[in-house]
Amino acid sequence: MIVYDKVSKWYGSFQVLTECSTQVRRGEVVVICGPSGSGKSTLIKCANGLEPFQAGEITVDGISVGAPGTNLPKLRSRIGMVFQHFELFPHLSIMANLTIAQVKVLGRRPDEAAEKGLQLLDRVGLRALADKHPGQLSGGQQQRVAIARALAMDPICMLFDEPTSALDPEMINEVLDVMVELAREGMTMMCVSHEMGFARKVAHRVIFMDQGRIVEDAPTEEFFGAPRSERAQQFLSKILRH
Amino acid sequence: MGYAWNWSVLLSATPSGETTFLGWLLAGLQWTLGLSLAAWLVALIIGTLFGVLRTVPNRWLRGVATTYVEIFRNVPLLVQLFIWYFVLPELLPSTWGSAIKQSDPLMQQFIAAWLCLFCFTGARVCEQVRGGIESLPGGQRNAALALGLTLPQTYRQVLLPMAFRIIVPPLTSEFLNIFKNSAVASTIGLIELSRQAQQLVDYTAQPYEAFIAVTLLYALINVVVMLAMRWVEATTRFPGFVGGR
Amino acid sequence: MYEFDWSSIPGALPILAKGMSVTLELTLTAIAVGIVWGALLAMARLSGKPWLSWPAATYVNVFRAIPLVMVILWFYLIVPALLQQLLHVQASTDIRMASALVAFSLFESAYYAEIIRAGIQSVPKGQVAAAQALGMPYAQVMRWVVLPQALRNMTPLLLTQAIILFQDTSLVYVIGLADFFGAAYKVGDRDGRLVELLLFAGLIYFVICYAVSWLVKNLQRKSVA
Ligand SMILES: Nc1ncnc2c1ncn2[C@@H]1O[C@H](COP(=O)(O)OP(=O)(O)OP(=O)(O)O)[C@@H](O)[C@H]1O
Ligand SMILES: [Mg+2]
Repeated sequence: MIVYDKVSKWYGSFQVLTECSTQVRRGEVVVICGPSGSGKSTLIKCANGLEPFQAGEITVDGISVGAPGTNLPKLRSRIGMVFQHFELFPHLSIMANLTIAQVKVLGRRPDEAAEKGLQLLDRVGLRALADKHPGQLSGGQQQRVAIARALAMDPICMLFDEPTSALDPEMINEVLDVMVELAREGMTMMCVSHEMGFARKVAHRVIFMDQGRIVEDAPTEEFFGAPRSERAQQFLSKILRH
Repeated sequence: MGYAWNWSVLLSATPSGETTFLGWLLAGLQWTLGLSLAAWLVALIIGTLFGVLRTVPNRWLRGVATTYVEIFRNVPLLVQLFIWYFVLPELLPSTWGSAIKQSDPLMQQFIAAWLCLFCFTGARVCEQVRGGIESLPGGQRNAALALGLTLPQTYRQVLLPMAFRIIVPPLTSEFLNIFKNSAVASTIGLIELSRQAQQLVDYTAQPYEAFIAVTLLYALINVVVMLAMRWVEATTRFPGFVGGR
Repeated sequence: MYEFDWSSIPGALPILAKGMSVTLELTLTAIAVGIVWGALLAMARLSGKPWLSWPAATYVNVFRAIPLVMVILWFYLIVPALLQQLLHVQASTDIRMASALVAFSLFESAYYAEIIRAGIQSVPKGQVAAAQALGMPYAQVMRWVVLPQALRNMTPLLLTQAIILFQDTSLVYVIGLADFFGAAYKVGDRDGRLVELLLFAGLIYFVICYAVSWLVKNLQRKSVA
């Protein structure tokens, strides 16, 4: 579904990504972890063209992301993305947040879009908040709405960039629950996350990044059982000690 | 101080006899309002346009907008006005130039002042709009693009609505400025409010009354503009919005 | 098509330079007086004592409500009378420069007062609390904690205002004072070369203002880094 082939990226002379290759198959859940600044966000943003890259190729559902002729808005509308800081649109009501792209991008009728929106709000347990604005919601609620907003586009896969790292501890689980459910339903997911419990529970593979390289790319049990690289071992021991 | 106050002078007839001196002031007020509002309207449009251009990914478009801003910000308003009024007609093809010079002088003054004010203010509005857009979290643009919105849709639906709400306070002061700046039009002979005040002083030799009256009229404009912008702010507010900077 | 003739500019350079010195004198005086008087006004407004804050607020709001052109003209009209009364100066002496200096200084103070007030208010209240918790009395809190931070926050605005002021001094044209712009206009009018001199004046203003604002921006970047 998502294929990275020797992707490299530079900011000026600073190389953020070095020949990253991996793939996420249909229905697969892949968790990416690694120290801060290792290029996780950059890697995941390349998948929907939010960050351009200078070498290599990425294809999503057979479509090349970097090719000049690619209709990026169209491709992006088929890839859901959830951000660390939610990024709901603060001037729009929750319902409008859920419908705006359905109407403007997919050309759905407003009533159709609203129905879909309500369905998804139901699913994340927030139907009652449809008429509120994002500023009136807690962080966990906002992130669940953000997931619903992405799902409203009927995406073929989902990208998550540290969806729980800006949340207070007591709200992390309500978001993870939604993600676990999504994973169990067979959604193709690529998640940057340090929630190792979540990874153990649903991930098929774990990718470990360091200094712009994919250092380790292994099935979940293997990764947690016996990580091959020293850096990954250190990283895991630091994270798991807490 | 030995100054003979005489407020009734405002209600006495002008030399031409058609109206009172107060009538003169009100006529000047009309020009000030007409000129400023007409210029503000255009300034908002081109300011928004160039403000957006200053934040787009394309480097050439950004360069065009930056050039516009730098030119109109770094030359004094008065010099700009004189260039519009005295220089432009000379530089146009001579048939156009002479057509302009033969047109109604009042129209010439008004149009030069209008061009001058909207270009000048547009550059300032542009910077406010750019500031507003840049003050939004970068993730907003990404979130909109990630949903498949095109860049124009992203600006139209997400970035501009938020940016404008944030910049209402600085826009208010630009709006107030345009009324004050319109007074430079008096230097090319447009009989707007401050020019009428000078005439009043010349004719009545009662400078204090004239200036106090005019100051009150400008203050009145200020109050009305501020109330109007407060209304705009209140009607565009939404729940959970922490406004301003 | 218009044929440019720039030949009257070289000969006029001494006049223009003299004009520029008038422009700079006005600008620098107004900055100096404006900042001092403006700071006093700002502190009066923030003092919390109505008999201080009200007059200061009125002063600032009145000056900010009226166009600078009018202020310049007004002072040109009343300053002679005042000087005559207070100092017994002869009415015939040329008071244009004096009245312009007074007008700009008093006018700019209103704008500087607002910048300084905003600068002081931009320092978070927690900073004051933290300094007081360390046992500092009010004056020390101001001197060592609030003002240094306020100054850093408002320096860009103070400099930007100085550039605006430099441009605005051209408005002394309305009282016939030969600042840089006035000199350029007079030469252009005299030689029938208004087009060239206006464009030349615009260019000089542009170069100066652009260079100064570029410097300000770079200084700022350096001090942040
Ligand atoms: N716009 C930019 N210009 C220059 N360097 C950048 C830019 N954005 C990111 N970087 C650098 O690229 C590297 C990778 O950034 P990225 O955000 O992908 O890291 P990350 O692994 O997601 O880290 P974190 O866990 O902190 O989110 C970092 O060293 C960062 O400093
Ligand atoms: Mg990141």
